[in-house]
Amino acid sequence: MLSKEETEHIAKLARLGLSVEEIAKYQKDLSAILGYIDKLKEVDIEGVSPFTHSIKLDNVLRADIVVPRSEQATQKLIKEMPDTKDGYLKVRSIF
Amino acid sequence: MELTNFSIGEIHEGLLRKQFSAREITQAYLDKIAADNGKIFAYLKVTPELAMQQAKAIDERIMAGDKLPSLAGIPLAIKDNILVDGVTCTSASKILENYVAPYDATVIRKLKQQGAIILGKTNMDEFAMGSSTETSAFGVTHNPRDLECVPGGSSGGSAAAVAGNMCVAALGSDTGGSIRQPAFFCGVVGLKPTYGAVSRYGCTAYASSLDQIGPLAKTVEDAQTLFEAIAGADEMDSTSVDAKPAKGKENYTIGIPKEYFIKGIDPRIEAMLRVSFKEFEKRGHKIVEISLPHTEYALACYYIIATSEASANLARFDGIRYGYSAERDAAVDTKDLLSIYLQSRGRGFGPEVRRRIMLGTYVLSAGYYDAYYVRAQKVRTLIKQDFDKAFEVVDAIFTPTSPNLAFKIGENIDDPLTMYLQDIFTISINLAGVPAISVPVGQIGKLPVGVQVIGKPFQEAVLFDIARFLQQPLR
Repeated sequence: MLSKEETEHIAKLARLGLSVEEIAKYQKDLSAILGYIDKLKEVDIEGVSPFTHSIKLDNVLRADIVVPRSEQATQKLIKEMPDTKDGYLKVRSIF
Repeated sequence: MELTNFSIGEIHEGLLRKQFSAREITQAYLDKIAADNGKIFAYLKVTPELAMQQAKAIDERIMAGDKLPSLAGIPLAIKDNILVDGVTCTSASKILENYVAPYDATVIRKLKQQGAIILGKTNMDEFAMGSSTETSAFGVTHNPRDLECVPGGSSGGSAAAVAGNMCVAALGSDTGGSIRQPAFFCGVVGLKPTYGAVSRYGCTAYASSLDQIGPLAKTVEDAQTLFEAIAGADEMDSTSVDAKPAKGKENYTIGIPKEYFIKGIDPRIEAMLRVSFKEFEKRGHKIVEISLPHTEYALACYYIIATSEASANLARFDGIRYGYSAERDAAVDTKDLLSIYLQSRGRGFGPEVRRRIMLGTYVLSAGYYDAYYVRAQKVRTLIKQDFDKAFEVVDAIFTPTSPNLAFKIGENIDDPLTMYLQDIFTISINLAGVPAISVPVGQIGKLPVGVQVIGKPFQEAVLFDIARFLQQPLR
């Protein structure tokens, strides 16, 4: 069973602002799901490699060059930003 | 003449013979949507201007005597996690409620090149997290076969639009069964292509090692046409590849995994599938029992891997770059950067998305990574090996797509574990990266039943070949 403190800690790591009621609900939900997930402990994984990719692929490379985009394409992206200044994304001070 | 009941091939023929124009067929679908979307709610957004403008261009090409690609003038629906330039793309989330796609997804670019017509964007579970389309922030989609039932999920809007004749075919995405299970619930055909067969560029990422875009359609032939139009390598998705087309056979050997016919499956579904398998055998194909021994661990494995990837993918929704921002919300007091993150994400994401982000964050957190994530990836290797071994003996595998018929709206929504069990027969396929198709074979009362055909990597052509024999389209 996950504790209330652990649940609050996860919410903070995940950057989710949750109410007291929500913390209590997720504490219960996550404990139930983790209980089910414990089933994987039954599997013998001795000597098994972790899965990486389902199809065999060699390194996929491309030339490291800037691909110019139209001003119009850039403007569409800027339009979606919550806050901008002189065409730059504006962020609250981190200090 | 009912214009909204044709297949892709029939519309193509009709356009060439000038039995109807692209504008007439498009208008017929827009009228059907206007009449029925209120009760079904398959579409979050209808795009009549875009659709009619595209239809007009096709009519001009027909008048000019141009050769038409197979999807030219075919009205399609697009799941709302796939970007269509200039149209809102919400992933059925409050956090993207007003987000306007700044470019076309690769699959949309390919469809537009063929001249396909885009009718609108379909409802889904928020960020594709769910099995009933009930986690959508904007409302519940009803199953056109029985309005009291869910359409399945997460591509429930796309499946309902196809089944309700509100489009000819649709695109969905499938991370753990999100195309196949709604196809089963709504009585349509749904394909989850091989991992890497279709570019995901422009599809909102849920779990990147599992996600694939695929078609939902009324017939296997239509699903094949749509799949072939969107498949292929794309430099914008480095996991996508060009595959050599597979060849069909005269006689197939089919495996029936004993782990998929267990207690808990609706006995009426099992009985119907057994009849369908017998019919298939009578055509000269061979059916053998096989074992996929790690099947029972797939669900637990999936919920570690999918939520881990989701917690990373959804970190981009931070209230800073795009989408809902608490900073712009007058009702919210944000004192510093951290509070913008917390409030934007806490308010923007719905309960199921938050639940999965929490789970993914937990299993990746310090001290638990090896016990959960690494163990799950090892079990995933064993699940993949089960399929590799089976495919040494058989050409394809038949299973039920879902253990139960479409359930009532509201029946499972408060119980996450029961809801997660919906995906029990579909998730191993995503974990292994192989292709699978769900095909309707009959119905019990009003509700459809389908079989899932699982194939070798990049052998979608074999799946279509087999599925053509099995299909009993409900039209």
